[in-house]
Amino acid sequence: MTKVPLVDIYIMGKKYKVPASLTVMNAMEYAGFQLKRGCGCRAGFCGACAIVYRTAGNYELKVGLACQTKVEANMFLAQIPYSPPLKGTYDINTLTPTASSIALYYPEIYRCIGCGSCTKVCPQNINVMHYIAHAQRGEIAQCATESFDCIMCGLCASRCPVHIVQYHVTILARRLYSKHLLPQASHLKRRVMEIKEGKYEAELRQLMKLSSDELRIIYNSRDIEE
Amino acid sequence: MYISYLKELVKKVEKTRPRRLYQDFPRMAPHECREVVKKFHPDYLENGFQTLKAGGNKGDRVPCELAELLEAHSRIEHIEIDLEKIAYDMDVLIIGGGGAGAAAALASQKEGAKVLLVTKLRFGDANTIMAQGGIQAADKENDSPALHYLDVMGGGHFTNIPELVYTLVNDAPMIIKWLEDLGAMLDKADDGTMLTIHGGGTSRKRMHSARDYTGTEIMRTLRDETLNRGINVLEFCPAVELLLDEEGKAAGSVLFNLETEEYLIVRAKTVILATGGSGRLHFQGFPTTNHYGATGDGLVMGYRAGARLAFMDTIQYHPTGVVFPSQIMGLLVTEKVRGLGATPLNIDGDQFVYHLEIRDVESAAIIKECSYKKKGISTPDGTTGVWLDSPLIELLHGEGTIERQLPAMLRQFARFGINIRKEPILVYPTLHYQNGGLLIDKYSRTSIENLYAAGENTGGIHGRNRLMGNSLLDILVFGRRAGFHAAQKSKEIKLKKLTLEHVCQFRRQLEQNGLETESISPLLFPSYNHHETVRSLKCN
Repeated sequence: MTKVPLVDIYIMGKKYKVPASLTVMNAMEYAGFQLKRGCGCRAGFCGACAIVYRTAGNYELKVGLACQTKVEANMFLAQIPYSPPLKGTYDINTLTPTASSIALYYPEIYRCIGCGSCTKVCPQNINVMHYIAHAQRGEIAQCATESFDCIMCGLCASRCPVHIVQYHVTILARRLYSKHLLPQASHLKRRVMEIKEGKYEAELRQLMKLSSDELRIIYNSRDIEE
Repeated sequence: MYISYLKELVKKVEKTRPRRLYQDFPRMAPHECREVVKKFHPDYLENGFQTLKAGGNKGDRVPCELAELLEAHSRIEHIEIDLEKIAYDMDVLIIGGGGAGAAAALASQKEGAKVLLVTKLRFGDANTIMAQGGIQAADKENDSPALHYLDVMGGGHFTNIPELVYTLVNDAPMIIKWLEDLGAMLDKADDGTMLTIHGGGTSRKRMHSARDYTGTEIMRTLRDETLNRGINVLEFCPAVELLLDEEGKAAGSVLFNLETEEYLIVRAKTVILATGGSGRLHFQGFPTTNHYGATGDGLVMGYRAGARLAFMDTIQYHPTGVVFPSQIMGLLVTEKVRGLGATPLNIDGDQFVYHLEIRDVESAAIIKECSYKKKGISTPDGTTGVWLDSPLIELLHGEGTIERQLPAMLRQFARFGINIRKEPILVYPTLHYQNGGLLIDKYSRTSIENLYAAGENTGGIHGRNRLMGNSLLDILVFGRRAGFHAAQKSKEIKLKKLTLEHVCQFRRQLEQNGLETESISPLLFPSYNHHETVRSLKCN
């Protein structure tokens, strides 16, 4: 096993020595922090672990996810444990898949000045500004599709100079798209009906009565779709 | 980025790839499957387990790390708590903010119940969001609930509780319909047909997905709906003990506010445990794919209150967890990767097992290849793994398939300089899923009256081994059922006096059986610091 060199990092201003190979999250724990807020799936899926940091000699404040950002020597960092953005509350069934539905709950999307700060900080490399433009124009399908990989970490909103909460806009867009624009699966509707009518009941009840040895024989000889 | 000796080994994989491309590797015969599991699966390693000394499952075998917590001291043993001071008085209390909890909350509220959902971390912080691969339901023409039933039973080695499996497969299409109606963005063809593929152990292509963010998409949709409906949600307030009434029925819970360190009393007519799994207990020292909060809290609280556990001696090891690079050690490589055609290979670049055996068989075969046959690949950190030949995917399905179908995985590895479209990845089994848990019936009832359970903290549905795509399904099937039945039941309940006597009783029972321990549970958080253990100063 090769020895990993140690580097100094500053967590909320205090200096700690940690292995250079660690992510910020692992480094905080290595240093002795017992994380409560700001830690979730630890795999880049949940958006819980936003951080703000600055690297040595650089004036720029950067943001990222603690579980996906590697430490650097003389990095200064702090967690962003919570942010309080306003979420619209709506009944998805009664909304139409149009720009006006989004504007009703998030009118601030029209204040976008095109600075691109949101796109620049997205840890998922989503072109956030671009999908906000789709939302403005009522291009719900494009907005939903382009924003799909969003993990709702909130970094875009933390940087937006006109206070757009991009990740709330997109969940609304995705639900509008899936609910009102995508065609429904006819085979699914049919199957639900068949089950309600009891079409499969006898067959299932029959299987439930079998011993495990009897079931095993049927299982081992079942045909498998290519 | 692969360092030089690994790059050399990648060349062997590239060399055998053209030969392997259209070659079918045979599935194992049933007796071979049984043999490899018995010999190499961690569930069969005797010193990984111990027997419980008290409670409803006294004498049963459970993982050592879990036994320690089930038999530990309560967090509130020496704390003064006024049970008369009720902070929340509810119809239904839901403990846990993952997919099962959210589904339960929506179902309960629909029945008119006053609902409170409490969670240790954020609402939505759960294994649900990490379930990438898919959700099963027999909704295609060539499929049926009976075929699904057969696959589930076979996957669980015919140990599953038939009534629960019946419920699972029968409700499945309704669940997909519910998701469609909520506006969850499932993968569809242009005409609305659900795009479905195989998973390990499926006889029909019934795996529905939302790219490789299936669980994330389900969770964020359910969370959005829960918030839209104005359901009370309390975050960073884990439950630390259940409250019973004087007749021994569930009647609420003691919560712990993580910030103010206050204890809060919730009185509720019915309680639903949906706290998820226990991968963060790192059984047998395995890394895990699980969420930070997966510490088995619900099992501890439920067991202490007298609920029965089932299948607690069986843990699912996902065949493919990342072993390199070390920063993402243990991270899940979704089964969808194998579903799309990637195969496991040894150090010589040869396939040694069919790529879609059910999970315990696939895991045991990989462990065997490394530990017994010594054909694994050593990583720079001293661990061992096998290749998973992801570049096969685009050779089979065309350029762009990975970007379309596995964007999360592509991104995860790209961060560390590995292009999974062109380079294979290194994997080894990782602790993934708690097959067992609180025993429930088809109404999601536990063995304690007015206590329900749903999701990963339950046992019986999957028997000794769960198939891919059946956990996202089970959390929704039994989450909704728990919510519905708990709400119905709450209408006929008159609340009585609250008590914690069961906690003391359980303690006495353990002491009578000669157990001494310093541990405290529920654990709430795993600890990963590198400090030397500091013994507290003892003054006599």
